[in-house]
Amino acid sequence: MISFEYIANSIDTWLNATFNSGLALAIEFVLVGVLCIGLFAVLGLVLIMMERKVSAYMQVRLGPNRVGPKGMFQTTADTLKLLFKEGLTPTGSDRFLFNLAPFIVMIAAMLVLAPIAFAKNFQIWDINIGVLYVSAVSSIGVIGILMAGWASNNKYSLLGAMRSGAQIVSYELSAGLSILVIVIFTGDLSISKIIESQQTGWWIFRGHIPVLIAFVIYIIAVTAETNRAPFDLAEAESELTAGFHTEYSGMKFALFFLAEYVNIFIVCAIGATLFLGGWMPLHIGNWEAFNTVMDYIPSSLWFIGKTFFLIFVIMWFRWTFPRLRIDQLLTLEWKYLLPISMFNLLLATLIAIQGWYF
Amino acid sequence: MVEEVGVNDTGDLIINVGPQHPSTHGVLHLVITLNGETIKKIEPHLGYIHRSIEKMCESLSYRQFIYVTSRMDYLSSHINNHACALTVEKGLQIEIPERAKYIRVLMDELTRLASHQLWWGAAAMDVGALTPFFHAFREREMINEIMEETCGARLTMNYNVPGGVMADIHPNFQRKTKDFLKFFKTKLPEYDEMVTGNIIFQNRMKGVGILSKADAISYGCSGPTARASGVNCDIRKLYPYEIYDKVQFDEILDSSGDCYGRYLVRMEEMRQSISIIEQLIDNIPEGDFQAKTKAVLKLPKGEFYTRVETARGDFGVYIVSEGGLTPYRIKFRSPGFSNLSALNHMACGQKIGDMVAIMATLDLVIPDIDR
Repeated sequence: MISFEYIANSIDTWLNATFNSGLALAIEFVLVGVLCIGLFAVLGLVLIMMERKVSAYMQVRLGPNRVGPKGMFQTTADTLKLLFKEGLTPTGSDRFLFNLAPFIVMIAAMLVLAPIAFAKNFQIWDINIGVLYVSAVSSIGVIGILMAGWASNNKYSLLGAMRSGAQIVSYELSAGLSILVIVIFTGDLSISKIIESQQTGWWIFRGHIPVLIAFVIYIIAVTAETNRAPFDLAEAESELTAGFHTEYSGMKFALFFLAEYVNIFIVCAIGATLFLGGWMPLHIGNWEAFNTVMDYIPSSLWFIGKTFFLIFVIMWFRWTFPRLRIDQLLTLEWKYLLPISMFNLLLATLIAIQGWYF
Repeated sequence: MVEEVGVNDTGDLIINVGPQHPSTHGVLHLVITLNGETIKKIEPHLGYIHRSIEKMCESLSYRQFIYVTSRMDYLSSHINNHACALTVEKGLQIEIPERAKYIRVLMDELTRLASHQLWWGAAAMDVGALTPFFHAFREREMINEIMEETCGARLTMNYNVPGGVMADIHPNFQRKTKDFLKFFKTKLPEYDEMVTGNIIFQNRMKGVGILSKADAISYGCSGPTARASGVNCDIRKLYPYEIYDKVQFDEILDSSGDCYGRYLVRMEEMRQSISIIEQLIDNIPEGDFQAKTKAVLKLPKGEFYTRVETARGDFGVYIVSEGGLTPYRIKFRSPGFSNLSALNHMACGQKIGDMVAIMATLDLVIPDIDR
C-alpha cells in the first residue's frame, strides 16, 4: 500500500544508492526544508480559507465564492496581492528589529513542525525529547511579537506586544502542565513513543478524568497562546486597532498572518497527537475485527481529521465568544487554570502509579 | 521634524484613539492618558464631522430644514424628523390627523428597533464577538425594507412633513411589519443566548463604567444611559406626544448604572417597542395622512421647543422665529453629546478594554454629537 512511510523510505533508499551518504543526507535536508516551506504556505492558505468559510456559515453569509471554484483561490489571490504590496517601514522605527521580527515568528512556527508525526513513521525528526522541544521552541515566537511591538515605534503595537508577552508566558505554564499529564501516563517524551502507547486506545478515553481535564485546559491554553479569540488581546481590533502588527504591511504582515495559522495547526496537531492518538486509528481494547477495519483508513487521514477537528473547535471559539479583558485573562490563568493543572498533575500521577487507567 | 514622544511630565503614556479607530464608530477623537493599561483621563476632541447643521437650518424654510436633520443621528433619522415636524406644528398650531399620528409612532418604534439592533451588534463587536453583528443586520434589513417601501428611503427617511407624513403607508406595510415582528420575536431569545447569557460578556460588562443616579442627572444624560442609572427620563412617559399616552408600555429602569444595566435596558426596550407596534399595527384609523397646510409656512414670532425620545435619549428642537420664512435661530439638543460627556467620569481608573465597553453601551453616534 502506498503510504507516506513508503514514499519517504523509497526516496531515502534511492538517494543512498545513487549518491554517497553525505550527499544523500544533504539532499534530504534540502528536500525537508522545501517541504517545510511548502507546508507552511499551503497550511496558511488552507486554514485561512477554512476560517473564512467557517465564519461565513456562522454569520449567515456565504463567504468568498468568486475566485476559483467555491472561492477556493481567494486566499491565494490575497497572498499574491500582499506579495506585490509595498512593505512600509515607518520612520522612527528600529529598522533592523522591525524587519527581523516576522522572520523570527515564522521560523519559530516552522521549527515546531519538525517532531510532528504526520502519518505512520512519517516524521521529520523523531527527537527523543519531542514534547519538551515543542514547548520550548514554540515559545520563541513571543520574542518575535515583542520585537515587532517594540520596533514599530507605535503605542498600539507596544501595548499589544506587552499584552501578548504577558499572555503567552502565563498560558505556557498550563499548556506545559497538561502535556506533562500525558508524559506521566506514557513515561516518554518522544512523540512517536507517545503515539505508540495509544495502540489500545487514545489517551482521552484511557486516562479518563485527569486526561479530560488536561485536554480542556490544553485547548484553552493553546487558544490563548496562539492569540486567538476569546484571548486575542494582542491584536484586539476594537481596542488596539491591530495590536503588534499595526505598522506591518505587504509580505511582512502576511508572514505574521500565515505564522498565526501555522501555529494553530501545530498546537492542534500536538493536541491530537497527545490526547487523540495522532495518526493512530481508533482502537478499542482487543476488539480485533473493529481495530482491523479502522486500520484500513490511512494513518495520514486519521491525523489530518483529528487535527482539523481541533482546528474547527478553536475557530468555533473565535466566532462565538467575546474577548476577555487583560486582567480577567491573567486571573483565569493564575487563579484557576494553573492551580487546577497542578492538582490535576498530582491526580494523574496517583492514577498512573496505581494503574487506575484502562 | 519634531518627534512626538507621547509621554507627559508624569511619565504617563498618551495615546490618540481616533479620529479613525474601529471602536469609536465614526470620527471621534479621544486623547487618553494611560498608566500601563489603566486609564487616567479621557479627553474627547470633537468637530471632525461638524457640518454646521444648525446654521444651515437658518437659511432653509420650515419645510426644508427637516431634511437636514436626518443627517444628524442617522440611526434615528425618522425620530429627528418627527421632533422638527412637531415643533413647526406647535408653532403653527396645526392639528394633525389621527392616522398620521399612528403612522408616525409606528415608524418611530420601528426606527428605535432598528437602531437598537445595530447597537446590539456593534456592542457585541466592540467586546470582541463579531458574529452577532451579522445576525443583527439580518433583522435590521427587514426593517429597512419596510421603510424603503413606505418612505422610499432606508436610512434617511424624510417621511415627516409639517402636518403629517409625506405619503400614505404602503399596502404591504401592515403585513410586512407583522411578519417582521413574528420573526424578530423568535430571534430575541437567540440574542440573549448568544450574548446576554455569555459569561465572558457578563464579566466584561458587570460593574464596569458605573454611573450613579446623581452623576447621570448632573451630566445631563438621557435615554437608556440614564435610565440604567435609575433616572426617570423617558419623554414618551413624562411629556407624551402624539399617541404615546394611549399605548401601554413600561419605562425600563435599572438601578445598577453599569454597562450591563445599560445593555439590559436597551434589550428590554426592544421588547417594549415590539409591544407598542403590536398594539397599533392593527388599529391604524382611516382618514387623511396629512393635514391641509398653507404652501408657505411662517412661524409666528416667538420661541418653540419640543423634545422627543430618540433611540439614544432626549432630543430637543429649539426654534426662535422672527416671523420670517426661515427660522431666526435653531438649536438642537442631542442626547449623544451629554452622554459622551460622562465618558471620562465613567472610564477613569478602568482598563482600555473597559473604555471600549463603556463607549459601546453609550451608543454614540458621532454626527449626532458634532452636528
